[in-house]
Amino acid sequence: MFTRLLSIAILLGAASTALATPQIQHWQAASGARVYFVEDHGLPMLDAAVSFPAGSGFDVAGKVGVANMTFGMLDLGSQGMSEDDIARKLADIGAQMGDQFDPDRAGLTLRTLSSAAERDAALDILAHCLQQPLFPDAILQREKARLIASLKESETQPESIADKAFAKAVFGVHPYGWRTETADIEKIQRVDLENFYHAHYSAKHAVVALMGDITRVQAEAIAQQLTANLPEGDADPRIAPVMIRIEPSEQRIPHPASQSHILMGTPGIARNDEDYFPLYVGNYILGGGGFVSRLMNEVREKRGMAYSVYSYFIPMQQPGAFQIGLQTKKEQADESLSLVRQTLRAFVDKGVSEKELRAAKQNIIGGFPLRIDSNKKILDYLSVIGFYELPLTYLDDFTAKVEKVTTKQIHDAFKRRIDPDALATVIVGVPKADGQSATGSRSGGIGTAGSGEGK
Amino acid sequence: MRIRLIVIALLLQISSVAQADVYEKTLGNGLKVIVKEDHRAPVLVQQVWYHAGSMDEKTGTTGVAHVLEHMMFKGTRKVPVGQFSKIIAAAGGRENAFTSYDHTAYFQQLHRSKLALAMELESDRMHNLQMAEKEFNKEIKVVMEERRWRTDDDPHSLMYEKLMATAFSEHPYHHPVIGWMIDIQNMTAADALNWYKSWYAPNNATLVIAGDVKASEVFALAQRYYGGIPAVKLPQRKAVGEATQLGIQRIVVKAPAELPYLIMAYHAPTLRDAEKDWKPYALEMLAGVLDGNSSARLNKALVRDQQVAMDVGTGYDSVARGPGMFVLEGTPREGKTVGDVENAIREQLALLVRDGVSADELQRVKAQVMAGEVYKRDSVFYQAMQIGQMESDGLSYKDIPVMLRKLQSVTAQQVQDVAREIINDDQLTVATLDPQPLSDKPRHTGGASHVH
Repeated sequence: MFTRLLSIAILLGAASTALATPQIQHWQAASGARVYFVEDHGLPMLDAAVSFPAGSGFDVAGKVGVANMTFGMLDLGSQGMSEDDIARKLADIGAQMGDQFDPDRAGLTLRTLSSAAERDAALDILAHCLQQPLFPDAILQREKARLIASLKESETQPESIADKAFAKAVFGVHPYGWRTETADIEKIQRVDLENFYHAHYSAKHAVVALMGDITRVQAEAIAQQLTANLPEGDADPRIAPVMIRIEPSEQRIPHPASQSHILMGTPGIARNDEDYFPLYVGNYILGGGGFVSRLMNEVREKRGMAYSVYSYFIPMQQPGAFQIGLQTKKEQADESLSLVRQTLRAFVDKGVSEKELRAAKQNIIGGFPLRIDSNKKILDYLSVIGFYELPLTYLDDFTAKVEKVTTKQIHDAFKRRIDPDALATVIVGVPKADGQSATGSRSGGIGTAGSGEGK
Repeated sequence: MRIRLIVIALLLQISSVAQADVYEKTLGNGLKVIVKEDHRAPVLVQQVWYHAGSMDEKTGTTGVAHVLEHMMFKGTRKVPVGQFSKIIAAAGGRENAFTSYDHTAYFQQLHRSKLALAMELESDRMHNLQMAEKEFNKEIKVVMEERRWRTDDDPHSLMYEKLMATAFSEHPYHHPVIGWMIDIQNMTAADALNWYKSWYAPNNATLVIAGDVKASEVFALAQRYYGGIPAVKLPQRKAVGEATQLGIQRIVVKAPAELPYLIMAYHAPTLRDAEKDWKPYALEMLAGVLDGNSSARLNKALVRDQQVAMDVGTGYDSVARGPGMFVLEGTPREGKTVGDVENAIREQLALLVRDGVSADELQRVKAQVMAGEVYKRDSVFYQAMQIGQMESDGLSYKDIPVMLRKLQSVTAQQVQDVAREIINDDQLTVATLDPQPLSDKPRHTGGASHVH
């Protein structure tokens, strides 16, 4: 009787609003892992994600790259399953394993049919990868060689060169600013992976997200199955604070490409920052709103100077970057750079108009249903809500929080957070005129990426 | 045996699902409207597919299909420049467009209540586009920037462009979708307008609406917004093709990079008759056997066991208006050459031609195909894409379940037969990237790092 009433209530709720959000169930597994579950039987499939505070931000000096390598080898051999077994068995049942790795988070995802045979087999493989990785030494050597080669390749490509210089300029010696070097990879030993794994992949810091065609009872068993035998793990799940204020800098790095790749920015905000919504909505107006942002309008629509120009905040456990980026032919790099600077300065100084704010809200609120229109997207929200311990009502509150943002809040938040006079700027592929006088970079390894192009 | 039974059961279930909830109607002016109902979320996507892509272009104006795609956002008499995107944004929508060899498509994703608005805007620009010189002159620069970014400064894209230009000497796939830079530089607003007037017409388009909609309501709205647009006499499409290649072709591309790279492309058929053809299905299976998962043949042999390559891949697309290619690619490990990778790939192909594929391997690929059919239903956008692409590329959305059934019925013998037929040096084009240093300092060799 109770269930019947409940489902009628849910039905009415869903019918009364177009913005019905998924009902998130949350509990702690016996293992200690936090679980976030949405039950949905619309499609015969299950999506799962298990995340740990074990991203590259948890690397320590002298052992850079260990977090990434540990994560990368989770599915390359576990107790009783070789790397080929893992890949083959997943393929045999049409299951797909994916990964989420960033400075904060290391997580494996799984998509499988929900029919019992396929689902059980897929979850068993995921459980093995998470709980019994072997980090075989021969495979480590092979993966090191592959990674070194790909690092060397990226050191020749303007986008990667720019990213690396930018990260260092924005974050200095903070782990968010580190990019793995070939020498770091060469040093990695199997024992480093073992140690990192045992310290950081513990159940008490694990977040399990489950979305799809299973019941609550099944979800409880699955969450426990995936986390019951994780290491004890005593690593601090917090990342050191980021220095918010940086000195202005500008690096010009030669490259033979026809375009300059420009990045500009500063440390931005953390995921739980109270300015999150004003900055998010404000940034939509500045450079986040696709074809209708100010940057797009100034640089592309009015002048045809770039195909893509954007700005965004990357909210992380600690403040991630606020970043503006574009690519433009070298001859007009300086012109577009000053245009972007002007646009940003005007934005920070004068704020946004009521009309712009209204348009931004219309898009973000009106487009809210598109954010949760698939199991995949809902799974991603579950992971983020769990990982950053956002309120369970995050999705329910989202549109109201956007609605409440005022022009004054945006102006105020940007003024406090973004100082147009204290930005890190990186230009890879410098205009010919100053190709010879390219200033040395503040960061050591970068200058070797190329010199004296365009002769 | 058990697995086989499950797969058949799934197949039956999915085949019926794939056809369910799809409705079609052709308006009096020739516009075909296809509706895929999917009520999981209160959203919809509108896609208009024009059956004209870069393969319909003429020498001297390559890239015009793509330039016109950009210009489609530049205003009509009713909706001035910039307004299209603003109105969609204000409705909470996301929008964009894409051009390929075979077609050009425009889409908006919106809440289900916004269909009329999306149709009003999209139908308006189907026949009322303004081609202002001022806007064209700015936008053509954007396209040049796009070309620099996508192709000129990207060694692998550049190589792919040269490969296509070599493998196809007669067929228009010879030309890149974005166009040659000189053609973009010389393009005029009149070229773009001419393209628009030639190909943008209801009788050369398919409208696909997917999502939380009712087909009958969609048809009524489509009639209201698109029904009055006059049909146009389309230019005659001359048959194009590619004569048989007369021997192996090799090209080298030099570009700033660290690692060499190899692409091997064999001419291959594409799907013409979904029911009768078998080779394209066998080729899809062949690609899966070689590269369907990380323990599939190529990765296992070249990357994991022999450690000749740091990456390998296989590509084949059975759906296209033009001819197809069966493509293999790889990046050598440090200390290995593109020649080593080529030899190792050839060795795997020879093994396959000689000994065929195992039942397990084939079954594994089929299991992935079937699961993929379930997973695709998680994306309304992708379901609409698949319908639009089939309709634009000479097939029908009704062929989607046929293809699924045919893929499941491919035999190991067919995979071996098709491999034997297409793995033929005379039909092969090989492109290699010769990486160039960023500066004139000498290249380092061997495994030592040059960074520290």
